Amino acid sequence: MNHLVIAPLLLPLLTGTLLLLLRRVLPLNVRRWLSLAAVTAQVVLAALLLLAVSNGDILVYALGNWPAPYGIVLVADRLSAWMLLITALLAWFALLHAIWGTDPGNRHFHPLFQLQLFGLSGAFLTGDLFNLFVFFEILLLASYGLLLHGGGAVRTRAGLHFVALNLAGSTLFLFAAGTFYGTLGTLNMADLAVRIAATPPDNLSLVRAAGLLLFGVFALKAALVPLHLWLPAAYSATSAPVAALFAIMTKVGVYALLRVGTLIFGGEAGPVAHLYAPWLLPLALATLMLGVLGALSVTDLRRQIAYLVVVSVGLLLTAFSLGTQAGIAAGLYYLAHTTFAAAAFFLLADSIARGRGERLDRLHPGPPLAQAGLVGGLFFITAVLIAGLPPLSGFLGKFLVLRAALAEPVWPWVMGLVLTSSLLVVVALARSGSLLFFRAQGVAAAPPVTAGALLPVAGLLALCLALTLQAGPLVRFTQATADQLLHPQGYIQAVLQPIADRETQHQ
Amino acid sequence: MNMNLLFVALIPLMGAALTAWVSRFGRMGSAWTAGGVTLLALLCLLPSAAAPFDGEVIVQRWPWIPGAGLDLAFRLDGLGLLFALMILGIGLLVILYARYYLSEHDCMGRFYAYLLLFMGSMLGIVLAENLILLLIFWEMTSLSSFLLISYWRGREDARTGARMALTVTGLGGLAMLGGFLLLGEIAGSYDLSVILTMGDVIRAHPLYTPMLVLILLGAFTKSAQFPFHFWLPHAMAAPTPVSAYLHSATLVKAGVFLLARLFPVLSGTPEWSWLVGGAGLTTLLIGAWFALFKHDLKGLLAYSTISHLGLITLLFGIGTPLAAVAGVFHIINHATFKASLFMAAGIIDHECGTRDMRRVNGLWRFMPYTGTLAMVAAASMAGVPLFNGFLSKEMFFAETATFFEEHAWGWLLALAVVIAGMLAVAYSLRFIHDVFFNGEPVDLPRTPHEPPFWMKAPVAVLVAICLLVGTLPAYTVAPLLQAASAGVLQAPLPGYDLAIWHGLGLPVLMSILALTGGLLIYAARRPLFALAARLEGRLDARAIYDWALGRTLDFAGAVTRRLDTGSLQRMLLFFMLSALTLGAIGFIGGGSSLTGPRVLLPVDGVSILIALVLVAVAIGTLILHRQRLTALIVMGALGLLIALIFVKFSAPDLALTQLTVEVVTIVLLLLALYFLPQQSPAESSRARRIRDLGVATLAGGGTAALTWAILSRPFDSISGYFLANSVPGGGGANVVNVILVDFRGFDTLGEITVLALAGLGIYAMLRELRLPGPTHDDAGRPWNWDAHPTIMAALARLLLPLALLVSVFIFLRGHNLPGGGFIAGLVTAVALIMQYLTNGVEWTHRRLSHDLHPLIGWGLLIGTLTGLASLIFGYPFLTSTFTHVHWPVVGEFELASAIAFDLGVYLVVVGATLLILVHLGLMHGASHPKQGIQQESR
Repeated sequence: MNHLVIAPLLLPLLTGTLLLLLRRVLPLNVRRWLSLAAVTAQVVLAALLLLAVSNGDILVYALGNWPAPYGIVLVADRLSAWMLLITALLAWFALLHAIWGTDPGNRHFHPLFQLQLFGLSGAFLTGDLFNLFVFFEILLLASYGLLLHGGGAVRTRAGLHFVALNLAGSTLFLFAAGTFYGTLGTLNMADLAVRIAATPPDNLSLVRAAGLLLFGVFALKAALVPLHLWLPAAYSATSAPVAALFAIMTKVGVYALLRVGTLIFGGEAGPVAHLYAPWLLPLALATLMLGVLGALSVTDLRRQIAYLVVVSVGLLLTAFSLGTQAGIAAGLYYLAHTTFAAAAFFLLADSIARGRGERLDRLHPGPPLAQAGLVGGLFFITAVLIAGLPPLSGFLGKFLVLRAALAEPVWPWVMGLVLTSSLLVVVALARSGSLLFFRAQGVAAAPPVTAGALLPVAGLLALCLALTLQAGPLVRFTQATADQLLHPQGYIQAVLQPIADRETQHQ
Repeated sequence: MNMNLLFVALIPLMGAALTAWVSRFGRMGSAWTAGGVTLLALLCLLPSAAAPFDGEVIVQRWPWIPGAGLDLAFRLDGLGLLFALMILGIGLLVILYARYYLSEHDCMGRFYAYLLLFMGSMLGIVLAENLILLLIFWEMTSLSSFLLISYWRGREDARTGARMALTVTGLGGLAMLGGFLLLGEIAGSYDLSVILTMGDVIRAHPLYTPMLVLILLGAFTKSAQFPFHFWLPHAMAAPTPVSAYLHSATLVKAGVFLLARLFPVLSGTPEWSWLVGGAGLTTLLIGAWFALFKHDLKGLLAYSTISHLGLITLLFGIGTPLAAVAGVFHIINHATFKASLFMAAGIIDHECGTRDMRRVNGLWRFMPYTGTLAMVAAASMAGVPLFNGFLSKEMFFAETATFFEEHAWGWLLALAVVIAGMLAVAYSLRFIHDVFFNGEPVDLPRTPHEPPFWMKAPVAVLVAICLLVGTLPAYTVAPLLQAASAGVLQAPLPGYDLAIWHGLGLPVLMSILALTGGLLIYAARRPLFALAARLEGRLDARAIYDWALGRTLDFAGAVTRRLDTGSLQRMLLFFMLSALTLGAIGFIGGGSSLTGPRVLLPVDGVSILIALVLVAVAIGTLILHRQRLTALIVMGALGLLIALIFVKFSAPDLALTQLTVEVVTIVLLLLALYFLPQQSPAESSRARRIRDLGVATLAGGGTAALTWAILSRPFDSISGYFLANSVPGGGGANVVNVILVDFRGFDTLGEITVLALAGLGIYAMLRELRLPGPTHDDAGRPWNWDAHPTIMAALARLLLPLALLVSVFIFLRGHNLPGGGFIAGLVTAVALIMQYLTNGVEWTHRRLSHDLHPLIGWGLLIGTLTGLASLIFGYPFLTSTFTHVHWPVVGEFELASAIAFDLGVYLVVVGATLLILVHLGLMHGASHPKQGIQQESR
């Protein structure tokens, strides 16, 4: 059994535990470097895992040596490895920013950060629906702890809303999982896929209800309209490195929708094939538009970025809702881009807010920044990325999505709304940039931002540049990933073959 | 492979960064670098420059995203070469000019960096072979022109103008992306080499019209065609070198370049003629009309640019090969005379400090050289013979004349273009007469004089070209025009003659009419100015833009404010409604019956009783929810009843868990309630309460229906495997515990992480929170400060060892009998909480470490390490093992690795539970420091 599959889970778990235990023993600086070293190793592990599955292999790890569907399995395929690598890279830069100065605000920042990584990696690797629930809980509680990082009434309020709403979501997850178990008798996702295709008509209603309830849970996590309202409040209230790390949080919901939508409710699911398709596209397009309207109307930069995250969720799910190889491949490419770009933007917004004295990040003319040229340049590049303007990865992602949409009869809707939203994002960001940088008056209100704060921003932008330059091989990879997702037989076989073999041996 | 075309576009883009960097070392450094970079790009182009004259097309390709048909593919044909030469040539002149134009306060590095960025993007457009690549460069010109126009960022008009240009051209660019995607879909490729050969297929395709409209939106917004022309005059807020560059040879020409590029594919249909011809004609007239009445020198030139772009567009709209040749020719001519006129306007502005033609008069005395140059360029703009503008305008008149002869309503077109020609003569005349003659200067900020030689030199070069082309077309421009026209048409060229005199005919008549008419209009300008002043603001596309933008922002604000109120109740309402909708539609869409076929079990009295009490308690909680303490106690009963149900259905593990969880939860809530008012006020309106009651009833009913549907169906699951393998595989007879620590031990590891995180999260929150605690209850009675009654304290201390013993017992037997680490942990926690409650936090902390984090940490570590141990033996994480040992006195005893794991669970449960409760308790103390101390001292 290849322990590489579980390594990205154990590493943050152990690091988090050790950091908790050694809190009083080691000075902060040592703990910082320990934390960063662990995330560096996490990047390496994720890259190795990606390499291991890039030939199309699906690695299955049976925890406790209990074969699926009885025990819990971890499954690493292209999609999981891709998500893991994105997460690890993002975490590395977010942590770098935190180390630069915001981590003393919370005694447990580093353990919480590591456990959040544990939760993220687990959610991307698990092959068991209930285990996914468990990782959702870990994510929820870790984000809650991180969200409060730094304290203050606004954060406490946002945190309360976040946790209360998500606990309601968890309850619904339990209802859905319980219904699946009650009707299909299993919780292993591959096994669910096999059994769901043979659902008798008498149980069809239950399976459909459970599937759609699960859709509701994932939609809440992904911030799909009308369940998106928690996101702007939570993301804009929290500290910069946490907001940056949260750039991947909505993607967990998106990932779950994609995974369940292709594996359990994919084309081979018989009576419940493509259960999510009729819901996803209209809601995704609505998310796109409501996100843009939000971004146009808010009065501070961080909230605007949060709404732009909602926009990106809309575009991402629009791509996935097409259900074709091209659509999913486009979405997976765009997912990496939007995660890095949004994180860079959150980190940059922090530097802007610090540099403007009392004005913070309010979209109102204020004093100029001490390094208006540098920060303004970074703002311009990030805005170009986020708005999906050429020549960077944002444009390529949007182009791929639109190209994929052309093959579907709904293309006029997709094209019309995506292009309209792009224009409005350009309008919104041009206005913000003009207010923040062009209309600045007076003398700088704060000392220059240190290089340490801008380095992670530059790093994340460099990742986007790499996505742009290496778009060819990357798109080839996401196309292969989409292919793998659209042919779930390989996944199912990899998970369930061991028990079938064991049973034939017994006979 | 030869990649010089890629570098032609890339060198200025890279050079932009270099230029910005060089500017640290002195102002002139960046100007020299920019010039050098431009020359380098020109050199890079030269090796391929001969090919288009031989009718060759060079295509160079570098793979980028082959999977999506997007490559770094470049092409050089006559059209591309013509534009590349104009961009680089005029670019060089502008760089030279700007070096003298910019003042000391302007940052040279930034200016030249933006300019090179723009130049590279422009070169990319004209050299692109792949349509998507073309679009990428297209949008990059929008972005870099935004930076250029807003160069003087402190000026309100510069910011507004830049944003307007970005919005309008951005709109067009996005529409064009749509159009190109459709075109690629129709042709099966984004490569121009393929697309240009497929004109017939494309024109016959059902998607032709939407595709055409989208692409034209892009071309029209960029080339400032009516009704998108309004951004161009506002872009005049840019420094004049920028205007000279953007509005003569480059930015606005990108639109007509696109019309030329796709001419063989898109033209030749009525849609094309009406859309392109219509827009061109309207723009021609409107631009010429407004140009005449602008008092701002650059405003006049801006509207004249709009008008000339309309002329070129109209030529492509006419759609004949000859018209296309005329269009290309006018592109060249307009670039030369307009660039020189802008530069001249810049000189005047620079020397006089204003560009208002009501004040700038009689400059001939002060700057005769500049005046001469401007006059030649203006004459070319007016279409006076012997200047280059005349040649292309004559061809234009000839084409409209042909149209007039072939179409019934053609005379209207001929009339319109003659009127436009008259207006062009009139505004050219005004430019010269008002500025250089027409009396004396009025109150100028500066005393004008001739500019430095090198500032005039670029104007002189351009004016010389105007003259040379105008007098000796066959020896100068002819080969380039021929190559470029061949590039546009992609077909054999029609016969045309570049001679100055074509003999008497309709075109010459039209030229004479335009010239004399223009003179008359200028002579009679006073009443016309009055008319224009009255019409001012009537026909303003900008008002529409402002209105649309304002409405969009209002709409966005209204929608967002309506939705995003920051209310948790609203979010939960949306969530409940979504869940209800999804569940209901999911269920109803399946078509199954609600009740399954399973034979129902007989109902016994106990079950009915418990169920009824449950319902009663639930309703009771609802009714009493405003009295918080009472409601909490009633809710406690709910939990106990659920424990009873577990007992009834033979689930002692669950019953024990439920019981202990319930106790801990109630204690926690009681501690929290202290900080809240005892009564909840009624804050919701009646209607809202009824709505909420409805939603809650539906949600509850839905859950009940779902449960009913599951329970009334036969159940077939994998649980048989667990029962069969619990003892042989897991070494435990208590299947629930074996599932928790072995079959699904990973879930448990996750759940204790959740618990640990909950502890840490609540700790983090409470540490930051300072809540004022009440000193009186609702009735105004002070709280009883005897918090720790002696009898209770003594009793609790006595109970502690007993309780701990019970928890050890429960822990140890867990693997085979009801119990286990989780329950044992809760029991321990309850026992310790009692100490805190009865004896106070301080008292307990003196006897017990109050840092509970290590407990949580060790618990997690033990759990993880137990799992890791199996890796040493080559088994997967968390693989369990067990053995039986014989202990003296105790006897046969089972040792399972799962017990170690369970110990981890135990520690985390104790640690996290206590952490939460202790800190809630500490907050109590902190909220009443005085009483707290009194209490302790007693």
